[in-house]
Amino acid sequence: MPDALIEIFISIFLLIGGAFALIGSIGLARLPDLFTRLHGPTKATTLGVGGILIASVLHFSSRAEGLSLHELLVTLFLFATAPVSAYLIACAALHLRTPAPEDHRRLDRTGGEE
Amino acid sequence: MNRWLPQPMFSLFLWLVWLLLANSLEPGHIVLGAFLALALPLFTVRFWPDQPCMGRPRTLMAYLAVFLWDIVIANLTVARLILGPVRRLRPAFITLPLDLKNDFAITVLAHSLSLTPGTVSSKVSEDRRTLLIHVLDLDDEDQLIQRIKKRYETPLKEIFPC
Repeated sequence: MPDALIEIFISIFLLIGGAFALIGSIGLARLPDLFTRLHGPTKATTLGVGGILIASVLHFSSRAEGLSLHELLVTLFLFATAPVSAYLIACAALHLRTPAPEDHRRLDRTGGEE
Repeated sequence: MNRWLPQPMFSLFLWLVWLLLANSLEPGHIVLGAFLALALPLFTVRFWPDQPCMGRPRTLMAYLAVFLWDIVIANLTVARLILGPVRRLRPAFITLPLDLKNDFAITVLAHSLSLTPGTVSSKVSEDRRTLLIHVLDLDDEDQLIQRIKKRYETPLKEIFPC
């Protein structure tokens, strides 16, 4: 049955998306300082959201009449805005001289990994 | 660039965004989207100090393909780094000398770097000559700079030739 096949694909993409969103959040919690934490939201979440949106495109295209592509816009806006916010946070941190990568190890031992 | 269509690519982009937002291809939406795509650039053209000029659409397509592939790889790499031992990461700042001149092209490069393997663009220097990048796990600085130059900056120079 094609319906079951599509549902399997939707589930796979949902799982991939969910897994990467989770890894991004784990990164935010585990990584020791501001600059390394910036890597979580700009990377892991792009594929996380991407996977969920592909699942959404598949689901609504198979359900409703016609192709549903406006999810592409979510991806577009996310790709356009995530680096800008990361850039601004990095700029602000550099300006305020937030503990630089030399402090990684010390910060890590004092409670980076609970 | 004529008077009534100052930014053809931008107009085309707006028209596509409108059709995607409406999520339909009804004639009404096509006409309304075309109207907005023609009208908006006329009002906003003054906010673009220097026009980004488009070189080769085919290079752009190739660039996008490489870029999307790199995003997938970047996600896997960063996922492995995040889940692995955090103490073994070698985070560092590197300075990338920029060959691109156009502000828009530099923006695209900075965006691409932020979205791909373990790099986040942190600061463009005032004179637009260098880009400060934070690397999550730096192995070899020169090798990474060469890679960025070859993989992203060279195609971008062809795409935005001004």
